[in-house]
Amino acid sequence: MPLDLPLSLASLAVVLALASAASALATRQRPALMRWLVMPLLGISGALALTAGLGALAGGHIETMSLPMGLPWLHWQLRLDVLSGFFMALIGTVVIGVALYGPGYVREFEHGRDSLPALGGFTGIFVAGMMGVVLADDAFMFMVAWEVMSLSSYFLVAFQHEHAPNRRAAFLYLLMAHVGGLSILLGYGVLAGFGDGFAFDAMRAAQLSPGWATVAFLLAFFGFGMKAGLIPLHVWLPEAHPVAPSHISALMSGVMLKVAVYGFVRFTFDLLGAFQWQWGVLVLIVGAVSALLGVLYALMQHDLKRLLAYHSVENIGIIYIGLGLSLIFLGTGHPVLGVLGLIAALYHTINHALFKGLLFLGAGAILHSAHERDMERMGGLLRRMPWTGLFFLVGCISISALPPFNGFVSEWLTFQAALQAWTLKSGVLRTLLPLASAMLALTGALAAACFVKVYGVAFLGQARSRPVRRAREVTLGMRVGQGWLAALCLALGVLPTFVVGALNSIPQQLLGQGLAGSTEHGWLWLTPVSAETASYSAPFVLGGLMLAWWLASSLLRRGEVRKVRRCDAWDCGFAPPNARMQYTATAFAQPIRRVFGGLFHIDESVTTTEDGRERHALHVSDRFWGWIYQPIVRATNAAARRVTLIQSGNVRIYLGWSLGTLVVLLWLIS
Amino acid sequence: MVDFLNPTGWALALLQTLLFAAGAPLLVAWVKRIKSRLQNRRGPSLLQPYRDLHKLFGKEAVMAHTASPVFRAAPYIVFGATLIAASVIPMLAVELPTAAIADVIVLVGFLALARFFLALAGMDVGTSFGGMGSSREMLISALAEPAMLMAVFTLTMSAHSTNLSSVIEHVLNSGLLLRPSFLFALLGLLLVAVAETGRIPVDNPATHLELTMVHEAMILEYSGRHLALMEWAAQIKLMLYGVLLANIFLPWGIASTLSAGSLLTGLIAIVVKLALLGVILAVSETVVAKMRLFRVPAFLNLAFMLSLLGMLSHVILEVGA
Amino acid sequence: MNLMHLSLLEQTILVLGALTLFLSFALLPQARLTTMVHLFAWQGGLLALLTAVVASVGGNHHLYVSALLTLALKALLIPWMLHRLIRRLQLERHQERLDRQALVMMTGAALVIFSYWVVLPVARLELANTRNVVGLSLGIIQLGMLLMVVRRQAVAQVIGFMSVENGLFLAAVAATSGMPLVVELGIAFDVLVAAVLFGVFFFHIRESIDSLDVDLLTRLSEAEQEKLASESEGEA
Repeated sequence: MPLDLPLSLASLAVVLALASAASALATRQRPALMRWLVMPLLGISGALALTAGLGALAGGHIETMSLPMGLPWLHWQLRLDVLSGFFMALIGTVVIGVALYGPGYVREFEHGRDSLPALGGFTGIFVAGMMGVVLADDAFMFMVAWEVMSLSSYFLVAFQHEHAPNRRAAFLYLLMAHVGGLSILLGYGVLAGFGDGFAFDAMRAAQLSPGWATVAFLLAFFGFGMKAGLIPLHVWLPEAHPVAPSHISALMSGVMLKVAVYGFVRFTFDLLGAFQWQWGVLVLIVGAVSALLGVLYALMQHDLKRLLAYHSVENIGIIYIGLGLSLIFLGTGHPVLGVLGLIAALYHTINHALFKGLLFLGAGAILHSAHERDMERMGGLLRRMPWTGLFFLVGCISISALPPFNGFVSEWLTFQAALQAWTLKSGVLRTLLPLASAMLALTGALAAACFVKVYGVAFLGQARSRPVRRAREVTLGMRVGQGWLAALCLALGVLPTFVVGALNSIPQQLLGQGLAGSTEHGWLWLTPVSAETASYSAPFVLGGLMLAWWLASSLLRRGEVRKVRRCDAWDCGFAPPNARMQYTATAFAQPIRRVFGGLFHIDESVTTTEDGRERHALHVSDRFWGWIYQPIVRATNAAARRVTLIQSGNVRIYLGWSLGTLVVLLWLIS
Repeated sequence: MVDFLNPTGWALALLQTLLFAAGAPLLVAWVKRIKSRLQNRRGPSLLQPYRDLHKLFGKEAVMAHTASPVFRAAPYIVFGATLIAASVIPMLAVELPTAAIADVIVLVGFLALARFFLALAGMDVGTSFGGMGSSREMLISALAEPAMLMAVFTLTMSAHSTNLSSVIEHVLNSGLLLRPSFLFALLGLLLVAVAETGRIPVDNPATHLELTMVHEAMILEYSGRHLALMEWAAQIKLMLYGVLLANIFLPWGIASTLSAGSLLTGLIAIVVKLALLGVILAVSETVVAKMRLFRVPAFLNLAFMLSLLGMLSHVILEVGA
Repeated sequence: MNLMHLSLLEQTILVLGALTLFLSFALLPQARLTTMVHLFAWQGGLLALLTAVVASVGGNHHLYVSALLTLALKALLIPWMLHRLIRRLQLERHQERLDRQALVMMTGAALVIFSYWVVLPVARLELANTRNVVGLSLGIIQLGMLLMVVRRQAVAQVIGFMSVENGLFLAAVAATSGMPLVVELGIAFDVLVAAVLFGVFFFHIRESIDSLDVDLLTRLSEAEQEKLASESEGEA
């Protein structure tokens, strides 16, 4: 093909995202432009990215392009293969939703002190940066795009910088993003050292000794894990994601974390090549711990956006469980099963992008119309915001991994990969895999518990505060944005064979191995390993549910009986319940808090105030601050105090230090 | 893979599902009756649950002012999901087309879907009891899930499949084998089944004592046909676990061909097995007292340990080095 | 090893061995001492049954004797002595909550996996059809020691010690069809004497520290005594 259409479209998408940023800077404080120019441009960019990605996935070949930019001896290389195509499509899908949703949401900021041009500008740059990461074909461009992505999202996190916690969260995010970026850079350095050059092609050809390969792997795992929010590197995530504007949270949680997954997959499965099963064990264990602790910490939150942020930790953990299984199987010589694990992980990647984007948009809708993030003050929103309520319910079911929605399919595939543990020779691995999956099962069930809590407390029951009682449904655009993602959640859940069929070309290109049997029984049946081992037919499941519903309701449709009389709640005959008698989010999670008490830092107290009323205070926090980060802070402070010894304040002594350093360096290189 | 275009298979699958729904109240009545006899009472007639259901279906449904559409839809979803789950379990015969729709993990997914809406319905009206029931139910189910999955894994390690038909055929084909792993998996699953179906010692289906109820607390606000659907779904769920346990661990008698004779044998076999299981359940409910909520984690921990031991003994004892 | 190649009796051995391991796990978090003794008695009974089955499979008649001996000693006599001890120490209602129970259980599972891994080379020697039971017995031994580590109650520790002995016995029976009868008799009487001696010691311990909590035994060290003395002086 003379003109690589998908890649051209992808480049155009990046350009349009940048154009959206530029136009935002031109809007000044004219909000109408934001609605009619900036967001539509971003939406078109997303649609182009989606088209380009789908085109690349369908085409299945590799397209490259060289831009006359960058270093003199290394122009920026662009490359669109199926893996980048998949992630382009993912970015595009969520960006479309955000662009539809954005105009309504940013209205709130039109009269505030916050700068709309900054918001629109950095959003555009952020999206362009993410696309750049995915399209990069050399480590140099990759790192530049990566840093653009990190920095622009830093400004978005710090958008409402008049609140001190936001500034603190943004700083923490910046700090950790850079530590992670450094580690990634070092990882690429190792590859470049062996592969003679920063182009990805050179790195692919590199022959690494197992020891150096492990070093490179560990650096990448740490660096990308920092961005993805794996425990214990997750602490920035629940701070940074909630404070950004909600549509940005949707982008950060839904897409940016996936770009980190992309980086890890690209680095490990594509560039490194030779797999060692020990890596898989590490990834599997870290993934399982992240999933379980992520959901447990999420259960303890009552700030809706913070809760969702912790769920991102959980879902990233699930993705890494799939990747770990894949590495274990690939490292022990079971390529087909390795492919199954990889596909499960990628499937969960797109699923999480969809439902987490959807849930953040829903949380934003609540924030927009009720100005409330604290679930303890919500309630009864379903009747006030029926559409948002419906879409949010779809998101809740999907993230809780319930059939027939999309979250279930990817978790099911992960289980199927783990269930093939019997093919492994080592008995220790044969027990490790089931244990990890048991943790995954516990995670899934706890996630369901958590979203029963979220939905039950926020949308059902009665309103717990006045602003929530006055909440109204949001604008059409915001509803369409959510509806788009919700519809995709259902579609990807009901038609998994098409998704798996499309995903199949990724391992085929990366590993030269596909999952042949998964869709061979037609579009109705998903059979990941073989039909005898396991099969799942989502269309039949949906049909069966509909049939059972129809049967039950039509059998009962008998004249007068159909009517429903309304009266006060029964509640065992006590007085009619009011809003304050409802179960709160904290109360709902109390049994779980008690059972898993050792994992949290719980600070609970009952004090009597001066007027004789009792106050109950409960504060549950992450243990990792105390375990890991505070020692680091203390060590840094101690080291800094040591360094003050050479800080005399005298300029000539500083110059002396410089001279000394120069002399030592010259001596070293001579 | 079974033949999906075989109309006899589909007809049989449908028949089996209907049988499942029709037989579930009978099993509950049977357990109740045995229990009454053990406690020196006469006990209600075996047809009592049917009469109850019939009465409830005919009654007017009353709903709280604060109830939302979720409350109204939940009974249908709960009933539908439970019925679908029942339809994929081989009860009379293996190799039915419905068994391929979902494997055992999807089955767990159906039950989770039903539970999700059940718990949401409990939260919906905004009463304190409903929330309490939902909160407890989600805790219990969350802790039961890993134990259940571990037991399933143990079976899968031997049978190399999560398809229920394949697992049952594997057990049938390998003849009489004393597998330590199956023994432990059976024990683990028994405990899980007790917890999931809300029987003593985890929950007591016969009480409306406010502070201890779990399942009853969630359906407290339901009446009329909605209550009937919820009750019926709970009865189907009990039967579902019974059939699952009976047919996986003691599959003998289940029809492997679709002839009338073997189907009849299958029917008689499952009735006998369920009757026996019912007796065991009744006896255990008579001798064991309900435990308080915060003892339940230890109970389910035991279930998990049993399943894990099943896995360990499979790895250590049943697979060669 | 494929189960299908084993006779039904040999399969029974495996099941009994697995049940013995389960009882070791069950001992670990058990709060009540009397229940612990019951579980321990069941473990002894299972062991006796297992020995009898091994005897009938291999035709080793002397194993019947050790089966009887095990039954008499570990399932009946020692549990009875422990019961009497608990009664006389008035510990029937004593409950000991295990801290971090899930962690302890997971450690136990990890130890069993570890012992399986350790005995892999032994199992390859193919000494007997039931060789994999060696892995189990090593697991039982380690679980017994774990029990002694995590428990504070002295009586519980004794039960842990006894179950370590059960594990050793299981290994001997399963791997090599038992030790010579003389050795077995010797060990059996050692255990019995140990049980008696422990009983005597308990009374002494309780007399000196007023409790059977072994953590409090540190009080007996001189440094601790001096500290206590200085504290009391300070108060005075």
